Amino acid sequence: MSSTAIRRKVSATSDVATPRGRRFRNPWRHPWFLEGFTWLYLVWSLAPIAIAVLFSFNKGKSQASYQGLSWRWYWGDKVNSIWHNPQLHSAMFETLKLSAWTTLIAVPIGVAFALGINRWRGVLPSSFNFIMILSFVVPELIFGVALFFVFTKMPGLRLIGIGNWAEVLGLVTWNVSWPAIIVQARLVTIGRQYEEAAADLGCTLWQTMRRVMLPLLTPAIFASAILVFSGVIDDFVIVDLLSSNASNTPMSVIIYSTQHGGNGGPALNALATVMLLLSFVVAGLGYLGYRLMTRGQRVDGQQALTAITGTE
Amino acid sequence: MIWLVILFVVPFYAMLAIGEGKLDRQTESPVAVYLPWNWSSANLANVWRDLFGSGAFVGEIAWRTIWYVALASVISLLIAYPAAYFVARFAGRRKGICLLLLIAPFWISYMMRMLAWIDLLQTNGYINKALSFVGLGSPDWLGGHWYTVIFGLVYGYIPYLILVLYAGLDRIDPSLIEAGRDLGLGRATTFRRVTLPLSRQPILTGMLITVLPMLGDYYTNQLLSGAPNTSMIGNMIEGQLSTPSAGQGAILSLIVLVVLLVPMIYYVVQTNRAAQAAS
Repeated sequence: MSSTAIRRKVSATSDVATPRGRRFRNPWRHPWFLEGFTWLYLVWSLAPIAIAVLFSFNKGKSQASYQGLSWRWYWGDKVNSIWHNPQLHSAMFETLKLSAWTTLIAVPIGVAFALGINRWRGVLPSSFNFIMILSFVVPELIFGVALFFVFTKMPGLRLIGIGNWAEVLGLVTWNVSWPAIIVQARLVTIGRQYEEAAADLGCTLWQTMRRVMLPLLTPAIFASAILVFSGVIDDFVIVDLLSSNASNTPMSVIIYSTQHGGNGGPALNALATVMLLLSFVVAGLGYLGYRLMTRGQRVDGQQALTAITGTE
Repeated sequence: MIWLVILFVVPFYAMLAIGEGKLDRQTESPVAVYLPWNWSSANLANVWRDLFGSGAFVGEIAWRTIWYVALASVISLLIAYPAAYFVARFAGRRKGICLLLLIAPFWISYMMRMLAWIDLLQTNGYINKALSFVGLGSPDWLGGHWYTVIFGLVYGYIPYLILVLYAGLDRIDPSLIEAGRDLGLGRATTFRRVTLPLSRQPILTGMLITVLPMLGDYYTNQLLSGAPNTSMIGNMIEGQLSTPSAGQGAILSLIVLVVLLVPMIYYVVQTNRAAQAAS
């Protein structure tokens, strides 16, 4: 606030000439070039998406020229709309199913993992932590290839085969680091005092967990659930490598393989738009939920935004 | 709590260990060999020959991959840094909306974003219409060109970079920059002597976060070009998966993994250090 005031004052005097005859330039002047650049970047990053969404309402068959508004590719077309093409709508449900399962499995595991890492000192947990963070940066393709071999060649696990279960297991392993990292960060900021106080007041370990720690961790757990859910919606590599047939192929893979196979069309844009909508709904719910849960704390909108994106 | 950890960590660890360990055991292609002393080095030798020997087509692909990824990440950095810097420092009241727009691509599926560009770059797409309107002809963007692939990589991974940079730059205390200016440094010098050293860490992390997945990328390439003359190491590995030479794909991805181990471990160490600094 005060710095803006100063800036204003300075710019009011900015046309005073300096002794050397050069006009005095406000040292805190607004970087218009940077601002323009940023907006240009934002347009570049988002306008194509808007156009792709527009094409999903295209009347014609083209993905390149727009021929008027219609719902044809959502349900109008008898053959290739989302509503009538069984492949497209089964892909939609597959995505939802995978997201739900993965979130349900990965979040509790990740939370338990975070609690363990944070409270249990020693070589073993820190090496587990090491592996967990490593799994965060391993290229997804390499991880996917490894899983592919596990589920197709490894005795025992081969029985699972590639398909739904392999996808869920792979996605859980891939996404478990989100809740683990976020909840761990939250545990660090909470500190140990609450737990110790609860223990002093006679709580058992279980009561401390349920009545003290869990409420404190709820926003973090919620944020990570949102992240996992939307992460699975957008995931591509693992599900691409581990899906075996049309019944367990989610949306992202359908878009990829159909477009790559040369059969692209506005129906794919429609599918991608549904996916987009789904992600945004999840993000919106996440944002509102996070705001609701952290009511009374000093969390502003921007912090909530970064929390559900996992940048914090 | 501890038993929870054990219950979880063991399967998780087993899965990862198998996943990673499995690869080097996968030396003899369709049949897996589990005992280390029975390993054959045929596949390794094959891959080695393809990488470095005469007629080394994989070597060419590897170099191309490095070249593409390097170029794409440098371009990303050149675009991402100013934008992140602006939003972190100067956006003022518009910071909320800027942040929202910066984060938005993060919620949009990668496939959707590629699809959007496929639409635009088609021979009769809007980009070409605009170009021929100003008289620049209409190039065939999707016909397998290196620039389209690099463009796709930049577009695909820049949001991650920008978020990391933003988070890092936002933490820089503005009073440090003001102090630099007060002490008589000009804009450029302050930036070079104060801001840039302070943002070295976010830049490194951001680069890692974009470079590592780019190296394992095969879909961007496949969608925007699909031609063998632009294929990268990821295309190699993915292409071999369901063929009898899957073992070579395994070796190849193992090699990539080993090469990347150094930057990955660096990342983990950095993360741990940051976590310790926070606690």
